[in-house]
Amino acid sequence: MSNEQQAPAETKKNTELQPSKRRFGWLNEAIVPLLAILTAVLIGAVIVFVSIPGNKLPTFDPSIYGSRSDWFFSTLPERLRVTLSAFTGLFSGAFGDWTRPSTIPVAISNTLVESTPYILAGLAVAVTFKAGLFNVGAEGQLLMGALGSVAVAAFMPQWFGVASLPAIIHLPAALLAGVIAGALWGIIPGYLRAKTGAHEVITTIMLNYIALQVMDYLINGVMKDKSATLQRTPFIHENAALPRIISKATDPSLTGGQAYPRLITTTSSTWDLRIHMGIIIAFLMVGFIWWLMNRTPKGFEIKTVGENPEAARYAGMSITGTVVGAMGLSGALAGLAGTSQVIGLEYNLKAVFSSGLGFDSLAIALLAKSNPIAIVPAALFWGALRTGAGAMQVNTGISINLIQIIQALVIMFIAADQIVRWIYRIKQAEGGKITFNRSWGK
Amino acid sequence: MTANVVPALEVRNITKQFPGVLANDHISFTLLPGEIHAFLGENGAGKSTLMNILYGLYDPDEGEILINGKLAKIKNPADAIGLGLGMVHQEYALVDTLTVTENIILGTELRKGPVLNAKEASQRVRELSEQYGLAVPPDAIVGDLPVGVQQRVEILKALYRNVNMLILDEPTAVLTPQEADDLFRVMRELADKGKALIFITHKLREVREVADRITVLRRGKVVGDADPKTASEGQLAALMVGRDVVLKVDKTAANPGDVVLKVRNLNLRDDRGLTVLDDVSIDVHAGEVLGIAGVQGNGQTELVEAITGLQALPSGSIELLGKDITNRPPRSITEQGVAYIPEDRKGTGLVLGYSIRDNLVLSTYYKPPFTKGLTFNDPAIDEHAKELIATFDVRTPSATTTAGSLSGGNQQKIIVAREFTRENRLLIASQPTRGIDVGSIEFIHNQIIKQRDAGLAVLLVSAELDEVLALADRVAVMYHGKIVGILPIAEATRERVGLLMAGIQEQANV
Repeated sequence: MSNEQQAPAETKKNTELQPSKRRFGWLNEAIVPLLAILTAVLIGAVIVFVSIPGNKLPTFDPSIYGSRSDWFFSTLPERLRVTLSAFTGLFSGAFGDWTRPSTIPVAISNTLVESTPYILAGLAVAVTFKAGLFNVGAEGQLLMGALGSVAVAAFMPQWFGVASLPAIIHLPAALLAGVIAGALWGIIPGYLRAKTGAHEVITTIMLNYIALQVMDYLINGVMKDKSATLQRTPFIHENAALPRIISKATDPSLTGGQAYPRLITTTSSTWDLRIHMGIIIAFLMVGFIWWLMNRTPKGFEIKTVGENPEAARYAGMSITGTVVGAMGLSGALAGLAGTSQVIGLEYNLKAVFSSGLGFDSLAIALLAKSNPIAIVPAALFWGALRTGAGAMQVNTGISINLIQIIQALVIMFIAADQIVRWIYRIKQAEGGKITFNRSWGK
Repeated sequence: MTANVVPALEVRNITKQFPGVLANDHISFTLLPGEIHAFLGENGAGKSTLMNILYGLYDPDEGEILINGKLAKIKNPADAIGLGLGMVHQEYALVDTLTVTENIILGTELRKGPVLNAKEASQRVRELSEQYGLAVPPDAIVGDLPVGVQQRVEILKALYRNVNMLILDEPTAVLTPQEADDLFRVMRELADKGKALIFITHKLREVREVADRITVLRRGKVVGDADPKTASEGQLAALMVGRDVVLKVDKTAANPGDVVLKVRNLNLRDDRGLTVLDDVSIDVHAGEVLGIAGVQGNGQTELVEAITGLQALPSGSIELLGKDITNRPPRSITEQGVAYIPEDRKGTGLVLGYSIRDNLVLSTYYKPPFTKGLTFNDPAIDEHAKELIATFDVRTPSATTTAGSLSGGNQQKIIVAREFTRENRLLIASQPTRGIDVGSIEFIHNQIIKQRDAGLAVLLVSAELDEVLALADRVAVMYHGKIVGILPIAEATRERVGLLMAGIQEQANV
């Protein structure tokens, strides 16, 4: 009798432990990242407000302004205007000047182009976060992917002694080469971790250096385009390129004689866009990783090893296999990010290829809390900041460094989410204890 | 309990409402100097909430606390200690890399100028430990000490801060029977010297052994007071769970069949070269429970992990139904019909962040009916969860509740449900009822006997001798990695097994 009485009491208690999860679902998960962004942007605005470049304001002249504070107050409207213009400049750089609709397609296309490698490399890092690993090696894996794909895309016909290969062979071969090269660069630290316990943070950082030097060596050596003054590889074959979606035809004089493919060729400058099939591949990968992590036994293994390796071993899962597999998958995704940059956007590989894409992807995975779907908005946000920053600097004279400050603040607030919870008085989801982070990106 | 003694602590009508649960419902009690007052209750009965209120970790919604007859406001643990109230938590707050003395004086360092007065501190620790019979090595590193000694350090820590009331929260949960006896001796000593002790537990035998007064809590309310000298274990258990519990397990005599598990000459050394398993050989027959008794840390864990494939073996052989399974991967052993309840429920047996549903397929997720082609077959997994939650009486609002938010007993039921519903030949249960409530213990014991009666071979490892004696058909005793005796249950008296557990061998049985 009392047995039955007890049940509802316990039921109530358990429901109580996670009410927020039930009622708000994804919004509850997203609230901290969104508020982190808001806070970072507000702080960015304050920084602009107080540090406006001198040439934008009247200089302090004691004969005109009684004191410095009078001067400061008289500049308030101008400061406010410049601060606002920084953010409108940022917005119009990323999404177009909506008073001039013809600027919109190019701006949005640029944002999407910037976001493409972020999505892929962000996914790469998220996969390892799920497995309880911290892959700092996305940068190196991305470079190896770029190298692998450019080798095949630029030189493969040569190996077979032909002038060109059909696209149906050449394009998949280039993609595959990039994926495999990246995967190998991920498997090495994975294997070292699983078999010797060498920490992946250390090994992946070292492999980043090695990848950079390998790339440097190759594009200055066997892979160098002898006819070019820049340190770069030759242009890839047109049959190995990922098509642009809508663009003007290429000017062969600028592309080493190659006529790169477009799905739709236009003559309009408004629609001469850089956006390429890489974004489609990125979206497909988002779907694939979501499916893998949530719908398949392999994904279940990755998550279980990340959550509790002891329990995973007890349940008969192979820790070695899962760690190596997750690192390989991560490397493959990062390799694909490098590949899509080379065969979709750049068409060759230059010494200044990556500029830290692989490192930004860590930030994106953190911002998205390793959720494959959330990687998309996180990468778009990052891509928009980067795209908009250039326009902002040109139009308002505010340094592009502002964006880096905002980006850094976002990550800081995500990592120290207690600060955000405190500022906005958000209750802790569960537990309520401040703990030292043991796993990443959750 | 004369009326003119001022209680060290008096609690009046303490009420604490958590959203949805009334954790403490008008609880009142008194604590007299020099008495050991036991609080008995199942998990979730409100014991911990009450103690956390006393210790200043929670604010009560109603009620008042009087210390030495004066109204006290306790807002945080520092207030509590200032008022002479100390607490030893289930999980010790010790720094493993510091010495005993350093741990005890942490936060209240005696100084000589800017320098720590180590000599005097060490002296005071020594005095205290002699005064209360709490033997500790003052200069040993805490991480090197056994759990029982670490607990004494925790108690000393409180005494060092001059408390006259001490709350001990489930102090015996991690102790061996010997260590527990030692603790009881210390508790008595403290009480004799005038300290007032609150002893939280759900173990019936212990309260009768050590307490002067027993208060039973159930679902946030005081449901009764009892005198340990007159109340029987059965009466106490009935008060706790609100029904009559069978402490003795109902079972018929075993009907042993063929040998299912044959373990021969297992030897193992640890990293430091110390012997962990010393030529262990055992047989477990179909339809019998072989209980392994022994003080924890005598090789039981390693033996079980060797059989389940989690511990690699340099020598010896393990056969399951005549098939060699030595050093096979865990999954292959599981698939040959081995169910395993691991000793560490939270660390090994479950993924606490996962739903109950996912935990229920933790070892079978990769094959049909739980997969269909490449993906999971959600309807089958949901159905499986629904069925097991009902069959194994897991108290939960839903199958998607995380395992970590359930009580210990319900967590253990998830593991039992998952392990018992495969096609099994051998069942290995390691500490299957550690730290769970009486109701769940009874349920799990009955399930184990049901498995035996269905013809499974059962290997039971437990640090609780009562559990081994209640369930086993034969009792093997492990001491220093060796099986020092195997007795049929009829001959396994507490005394005989106890001697073997202490390493005192009987010629006839070796």
